[in-house]
Amino acid sequence: MTTPATPTPESPPASEPSTADGPGRLDVAAIRRDFPVLDQRQDGHRLVFLDSAASSQHPRQVLDAMTSFYETSYANVHRGVYQLAERATAAYEGARGKVARFIGAPSANEVVFTKNATEAINLVAGSWGRANLKAGDAVVLTLMEHHANIVPWQMLAAQIGFEIRWVPLTDEGHLDLSDLDRLLDGAKLFAFTAMSNVLGTLNPVARLTAAAHEKGALALVDACQWVPHLPTDVVAMGADFVAFSAHKMLGPSGIGVLWARSELLEAMPPFLGGGGMILNVTTEGFTPDVPPARFEAGTPPIAEAVGLAAAIDYLSGLGMDAVHRHEVELTGYALRTLKAEVGDALTIYGPSEPSERGGVLSIALEGVHAHDISQVLDTQAVCIRPGHHCAKPLMRVLGAPATARASIYVYNDTDDIDALAAALVAARDFFKL
Amino acid sequence: MSGLEDLYREIILDHYRSPRNRGELETPPAHRTEGFNPLCGDEVVVYVMVDGEGRIADIKINGQGCSISQSSASMMSAAVKGKTIDEARALTSTFKSMMSIHEQDIGGDGSEAEADPTDVTAEMKLGDLEALRGVVKFPVRIKCATLSWNTLTQALDEVAAARS
Repeated sequence: MTTPATPTPESPPASEPSTADGPGRLDVAAIRRDFPVLDQRQDGHRLVFLDSAASSQHPRQVLDAMTSFYETSYANVHRGVYQLAERATAAYEGARGKVARFIGAPSANEVVFTKNATEAINLVAGSWGRANLKAGDAVVLTLMEHHANIVPWQMLAAQIGFEIRWVPLTDEGHLDLSDLDRLLDGAKLFAFTAMSNVLGTLNPVARLTAAAHEKGALALVDACQWVPHLPTDVVAMGADFVAFSAHKMLGPSGIGVLWARSELLEAMPPFLGGGGMILNVTTEGFTPDVPPARFEAGTPPIAEAVGLAAAIDYLSGLGMDAVHRHEVELTGYALRTLKAEVGDALTIYGPSEPSERGGVLSIALEGVHAHDISQVLDTQAVCIRPGHHCAKPLMRVLGAPATARASIYVYNDTDDIDALAAALVAARDFFKL
Repeated sequence: MSGLEDLYREIILDHYRSPRNRGELETPPAHRTEGFNPLCGDEVVVYVMVDGEGRIADIKINGQGCSISQSSASMMSAAVKGKTIDEARALTSTFKSMMSIHEQDIGGDGSEAEADPTDVTAEMKLGDLEALRGVVKFPVRIKCATLSWNTLTQALDEVAAARS
């Protein structure tokens, strides 16, 4: 995997990324050679990147695909008649098809490119929500949502006057579903995360969408932390809307995806107005185009779509089952190692069983604030994230203003966890009360 | 762990471990103002009791946050207690100029406070607060250090507005 691929938009990276090295483990040494950013030292330390839940790094295959696209095939899409523009359009639409296959979507026309998952959820709120929700209705969220799946609904609720209900959590950080049927009674939408970006909790997505449908509600799945880490099948999920971002799955920032069932998209009014989303415009008004173009006003993120397609190729080469197995095993190693090395001063939030969670470890160290943990870790080139992780309602439930969050991905291995443990011990000792 | 000692001076850790003027004051007669750092979720609550002569007769700090925000709040409370509102504002201005020191000035001997020379009352002694000078080398932490000061400014503005 040391030879950089020279992909073109039509034929993505020829070289296949490194595949599983024995059961439950990726060949991380080979994978790391694909990620130029990891090949650096900070103050003499190997860079230990444990912040992929915020944004992941990029393999050379993704960088090369985007560079090659800019060098050989860039033009605006859907407009030009010249060959360059046709190649650009083919690459952009090819990426749409690739996304559809990656998430099990029945049709590429159900894949809408957005700026990110946040915009995808705002699109559902601003289009479907505005057209279908009225005063007295209810939208059900959970207490483990990211602000991206809270604030759009609060903004709309402030205008329309519908009720927002909250699914509570158990002590171990699972959704408490004991009262779900009552919460869903009369609800129009159940919007929930597939995996908590703070606790790592993997939610029973198919069960939740079925519960919503039973009560006549639609189901929106925030799959930002799911699609990068587990095999995804939107049909098996039973979802009506699924949102995720490319930049958490080895792809570039600036592009996200809304998948929705075609009947829903066809009935939804436009979200943003502009070029590219109309069939006709007169001085009297406009006729919107069909989906997905209806929801892609303006010049879209073209090279970013090419980068996302290359990221999907890379992940597919690894195999999403293998990615998930690797992360479950490494998460288990992390739970054991951190507890053993750092001791009783350490709290790790979320489920204690690795198979019930993704590779997100929110940590509290007694007497040491998350900011201070992060600062000490930075002196050892260990990159984690302190703060509320855009989930303030959840932080209130946890009773913590902030946690220090380490999150793992395909390029992480036990040595990263060992470095994290050593740095946490240093932080504990530095601030010893 | 060089570099860390620049940030976490012993006096800072002391104020973090044993915060001064921690608690609440009854409102009224005291005034209560909350401050938030939206980036990290830190919260500080400042209670000020301003007497008839415009003097900060008492101050209490509540809330939660990192060692920098908590120690800065603690040192601030000790520094402004007993001061007039004008003196507290001058000290705030002196402290905030130290926090906005330019990159190229970092590494100086740190012997002089970066006071605003146009402000005649800015000759306030920073004292222990000098220990926070190292924070400017860690730009993301400056907001931690200034949170309580901005909250105090807001509190004093609110007190002044209520009296006018």
